[in-house]
Amino acid sequence: MSFDIPDDRQYLESHEWAHEEDGTVRIGISDFAQDELGDVVFVELPDEGDELAQGEEFGVIESIKAVSDLYAPVGGEVTAVNEDLFNAPELVNDDPFGDGWMLEIDADDTSELDDLLSADEYEEQIA
Amino acid sequence: MPLQTPPLRDVHADRGAKFTEFGGWDMPVEFDSIQTEHAAVREDVGIFDVSHMGQLSVTGPDATELMQRLTTNDVTQLAVGDSQYAAITNENGAIIDDTVVYRLPDAGSDEPDVAGEKSYLFVPNAGTDEATHERWISYRNEWDLEATVDNQTDEFAMFAVQGPDAPDLLERVSDDPVSDLSRFQARYATVDDSRCWVARTGYTGEDGFELLVPWSDAERIWELFECQPCGLGARDTLRIEAGLLLAGQDFDLESNPRTPYEAGIGFTVDLDTEFVGRDALAEIQREGVDERLVGFQLIDRGIPRHGYDITNTDGRVVGAVSSGTMSPSLEKAIGLGYVPSEYAEPGTTLHVVVRGQSKKARVETIPFIDTV
Repeated sequence: MSFDIPDDRQYLESHEWAHEEDGTVRIGISDFAQDELGDVVFVELPDEGDELAQGEEFGVIESIKAVSDLYAPVGGEVTAVNEDLFNAPELVNDDPFGDGWMLEIDADDTSELDDLLSADEYEEQIA
Repeated sequence: MPLQTPPLRDVHADRGAKFTEFGGWDMPVEFDSIQTEHAAVREDVGIFDVSHMGQLSVTGPDATELMQRLTTNDVTQLAVGDSQYAAITNENGAIIDDTVVYRLPDAGSDEPDVAGEKSYLFVPNAGTDEATHERWISYRNEWDLEATVDNQTDEFAMFAVQGPDAPDLLERVSDDPVSDLSRFQARYATVDDSRCWVARTGYTGEDGFELLVPWSDAERIWELFECQPCGLGARDTLRIEAGLLLAGQDFDLESNPRTPYEAGIGFTVDLDTEFVGRDALAEIQREGVDERLVGFQLIDRGIPRHGYDITNTDGRVVGAVSSGTMSPSLEKAIGLGYVPSEYAEPGTTLHVVVRGQSKKARVETIPFIDTV
């Protein structure tokens, strides 16, 4: 099976993606991760205004069969939370890189993105 | 220990199944998605490969007595082709395993010396067939009974065809009629030249059939059923909605020993029969149980999972979740768990501790859905 791995963003080994634009980093989980989890039925996310450090656990995603922690690819203040996921967690399955996004973070230091995997490196990891 | 593989491991892999270890077997957990598979069974029909379930046969002049003394139900009630749900208990009345006991046609009508001997087949849970076989042999020897006990787990694949359209599908696939069987009735039927034991039983709360298929014919017969393949993931959500117990989780002799009365399957216990655990159960039934299995629904957002604490409204831990899931049919978070009897009344407010947070829950009647 092949998975989407858009190359306009970076990845964590724990399967989160980060997409930066003007210092704001949008975060979600990869196509591979949503497929591994199966039907997503619950997402727990931080509140706007919360401060996260790089690598910090920021929430939880649950499918019918599994519970998985979510980790922040970069540190900073949470500026937006995708509240659509509370009523429609299946968006994570349907569109993991688009409507299934989770957070936006105002990054303290965008150079933290350099620590992450490129699309090619991530593809190698899940191969 | 290497995992045992069902006869259709490669067929399932080619179909794109994901696998999981269960009871020592490498079994398909998901083919498409749990919700898709679950919905197929509730609305149409789906097929499960449950070849990890054990099959033991018991035949001989004392077959009935051996079965009677090692299971909680009354096997003398079974006519040929009948089956019954039963528990296997220890001396203390704790459930070792649960099983379905089928009465097969009497042995060898064409073999005069064994003609008329009663014959049974029962289905212990995954990974317990060897221990169960040893238990049967050991008690047979201790009681000096004349019965042959065969472990046939590796001889049969087992498929469950479940859902409202299962009778029509079975009729199309089987050369012999099967849709006239009542619930818990079974017979041999020819399916594409293969002799299968077809029973109107299941583990989903829906109408449906379970088929014991000769291992060597498994692939050919599986492919006759053109319907949604389903994995253990959907099997779990379906059985939780139906309030059916999972061995090793809703009871476990080591980690969570429970009597049939606590587990809500007192209907499998016939105290008028003599069996291992009978005296202990008679006493428990007289005195009443302290704890009971209840169904509950989470009112707050969250999903109950096996092992989570259950607290009362004062925050005191009173029990634990034995099974829980997001119910695909009800779109609600539901679970099963043991609590003191005083909290067992439907409508009672309890809390489930989900990752350190107390989530409000309400005791519900089980099954959670309408079942056959």
